[in-house]
Amino acid sequence: MPVIWLTLIVLAISALGFFTGRRRALASADGDSRNLHSLPIYYGSNAFMKSVVPAFGLMLLWLLVQPLFIDNRVEQMIPESEIAGGANIGLVMSEVRRTADGLQNAVDAGLLDDGMARNSQSDLTDLTQRLRDAGQVVTSQITQTVLHAAQAYRALSQTSNMLMTIAVLIVAVAGAVWGTMESAKSFRARNTVEQGVLALLIAAASVAILTTIGIVLSLIFNTIEFFRLYPASEFFFLLQWAPSFSGRGGASSLGIIPLLWGTLYISLVALLVAVPVGLFAAIYLSEYAGPKMRSIAKPMLEILAGIPTIVYGLFALLTIGPILLSVFGDNGLGWMQGQRAVLTAGLAMGIMLIPFVSSLSDDIINAVPQAMRDGSYGLGATKSETIKQVVLPAALPGIVGAILLAASRAIGETMIVVLGAGAAARLSLNPFEAMTTVTAKIVSQLTGDSDFASPEALVAFALGMTLFIMTLGLNVFALYIVRKYREQYE
Amino acid sequence: MTDAAMTPPEAARPIKSLVHEDARTKKRNASERRFRAYGIGAICTGMFFLVALLAAILSSGLPAFRQAVVEVPFTLTLEQYNTAEEALLKTGIYTDYFVTSLTDTLESEGVEIEFDEKSIERLLGKVGGDLRAFYRANEDQLGAPVSFELAAASRVDRYLKGTFEREDLQGGNRFFMPEDFDLIDAMREAKLIKQVFNWNFFTGVDTGVDNPGGAGIGASVLGSFFMMLVVLVLSLPIGVGASIYLEEFAPKNRFTDFIEVNISNLAAVPSIVFGILGLAVFIQFAHLPQSAPLVGGLVLTLMTLPTIIISTRASLKAVPPSIRDAALGVGASKMQAVFHHVLPLAAPGILTGTIIGLAQALGETAPLLLIGMVGFVARYPDTFVEGFIEPNSAVPAQIYNWAARSDAVFTEKAWGGIIVLLLFLITMNTIAVILRRRFERRW
Repeated sequence: MPVIWLTLIVLAISALGFFTGRRRALASADGDSRNLHSLPIYYGSNAFMKSVVPAFGLMLLWLLVQPLFIDNRVEQMIPESEIAGGANIGLVMSEVRRTADGLQNAVDAGLLDDGMARNSQSDLTDLTQRLRDAGQVVTSQITQTVLHAAQAYRALSQTSNMLMTIAVLIVAVAGAVWGTMESAKSFRARNTVEQGVLALLIAAASVAILTTIGIVLSLIFNTIEFFRLYPASEFFFLLQWAPSFSGRGGASSLGIIPLLWGTLYISLVALLVAVPVGLFAAIYLSEYAGPKMRSIAKPMLEILAGIPTIVYGLFALLTIGPILLSVFGDNGLGWMQGQRAVLTAGLAMGIMLIPFVSSLSDDIINAVPQAMRDGSYGLGATKSETIKQVVLPAALPGIVGAILLAASRAIGETMIVVLGAGAAARLSLNPFEAMTTVTAKIVSQLTGDSDFASPEALVAFALGMTLFIMTLGLNVFALYIVRKYREQYE
Repeated sequence: MTDAAMTPPEAARPIKSLVHEDARTKKRNASERRFRAYGIGAICTGMFFLVALLAAILSSGLPAFRQAVVEVPFTLTLEQYNTAEEALLKTGIYTDYFVTSLTDTLESEGVEIEFDEKSIERLLGKVGGDLRAFYRANEDQLGAPVSFELAAASRVDRYLKGTFEREDLQGGNRFFMPEDFDLIDAMREAKLIKQVFNWNFFTGVDTGVDNPGGAGIGASVLGSFFMMLVVLVLSLPIGVGASIYLEEFAPKNRFTDFIEVNISNLAAVPSIVFGILGLAVFIQFAHLPQSAPLVGGLVLTLMTLPTIIISTRASLKAVPPSIRDAALGVGASKMQAVFHHVLPLAAPGILTGTIIGLAQALGETAPLLLIGMVGFVARYPDTFVEGFIEPNSAVPAQIYNWAARSDAVFTEKAWGGIIVLLLFLITMNTIAVILRRRFERRW
């Protein structure tokens, strides 16, 4: 039964539980809700909750575990000999899954009867032909093993699906009945329901933890897998990035240093644009500008922060790049070869970071107590002297924190560098050359038809791990600084 | 003798007064003005970048919404129809009719030009097939004059807009030949070509490289819509639930501290890392369908949650404790006080935060690249459920896809797509601002 129908049926059962629970409670109180411990709606909600929550919980768990279990069973059916010539079990399994889906779709379309799809003695060529007729994507040679595995896969899936439907329905009905049976005038329904709701709230709050755990685990496992295939010392110390494109065979050089260099260089250019502009804008807005100017200029600058990064990427590639090329290219100074360069991406990223630096610095400058400024004015300092010698030194830790946060943004930025920075990894000081970054390489190694078990694809997880640790470290440090500084003046 | 008597009186003593600036004061005042100018310069630079960005988007993107069509009056008699239908190459005959008719029309406008059906095919696509389909469907139109509006090929469009010149074409290819320029000029002179609004850009799906002009963003808008639906349905209840727990119920202990640290860190994790998470957990581990809006929505939900939690907590915190105390005072339980009194008062703030979070998720691209929403797959789903699980694209992913192709027509489409994306974002943010202005209460 499709999951969506099962969901609706479970909801219907629970709704029924709601009404019976409520009615039973009222009946036990002779129809007068004043005799009940809780409001009637809580008795209904109790039955509803006891039916819905376990049923959906079981369904989710089943849907998560089922593919793992079936994969495991089917994988055992495939002999070692089938996994030939560089292919791995994952590829064969995806083939099996595709064939099983094809069989199912062909049966649904009425071009294949169920018995034939199950029968392991079915003629291979005939079945393949029928699958083609049904418009299913089938690779040219389905082997007998793959077909058998696919048939087993389909049979297991169907059995499991049926078992799941039965189990979920039983749980839903049992929950509804339990909740209804409990309904009596002395039952503390409100307390029970509220405890349930509190548990749900805690579960919602734990999603943040689960996400972090998910990120860390998915990075760690794949990174360990990568280091099993590729020496860690080369990854960290090799000065060359040259993955072999065939995906297997051929020696790849996967050194992270050129990528880190590109990342840091582009981030540096971006910060050189964003920090002066953002900082001076923040100083002007918080110290000089009147309320009218502030109410116009601040939102205008913040528009820049709301623009998606893909827009900056396109702006870098199609506007900044050509302009730079016309000035520094072969027709101009002759320093630049292509539109994609460190400077192209760095400038676009700098524009993106301006509002980030300015609004954070603005908050921090505003947090400096007025008394400090007044003291400085009282000694005869001008406004700019006050700012330079009193306000800025006082705000410095916070501003450093803001810049670090901006740097972490720059390091993790993807779309601008994918479109603007180029694809070749280089260790060079020339800002007019194309370079590439950690994030851009994560994208290029994981998109396309790469085999996820090869070191060329797995390296992306190691890169992601590096990126995660770098940005996390910067953030924790920056937040620590900002928080410490805030406490100073509060 | 004292020293004072030694110094010459009055003469060398500098004049110090508020009215008369001395050199040092001048210097200090100049540095003050300079500093101020730096500030103004910085703001102007920021504004300049904003204006340049918007100008680039509008100037490059607006042409994507206009399209050249050729309007040709055409009459087909019954005999012609019968001859064509009996012939072996039916559409070829129709094309011949069209060529004759177009030549006549051009001559009547005083323009003489020689051209063949190949030219027509390059400029206007397979005209014969269109004509045949029209007359087979409307046989009653036979003999009556009909005016056809035929969409011109993308290169015609670009030639008319001035982004494709005669010099750009070297020798010609199967898409375009040098003599085609003369035909376009002739048709323009005869006022047969006009610019219309390109509805196809909004309703169409992505196309291959042979028909860049026909590519539209419609299917990927739908993909984004399904993704946003997933994000809304998941992130709003989870985000609000988490915020209520942390703000109203959570005791101060290690567990809640750990949740807080996690949320503030997740808000700063680069979006591409969420893409890696989605790839590893949802696709490799849970075997959810690749490229599906469902998976995209799940990834974006995890990304948006911190934003929503942070803004929801701020608006819950803004509700004064007296409201809670009053509810508790008349006998409500803590849960009832929160759900019946605090939450409704915080709702406008929560809604605003949610809309802003959704807008952020709508523009996000990087995680979508990793879960495979960039292939040439954009198409309309057949049913509602298929909208979630069938491969589709999303607006930003489609823009990236177009930007990565070398054809200049696709570049124009990418800019056009950005205008569409920004329109959505502006609408959402405006709604958020209006909600805030209208319902926000200051206590």
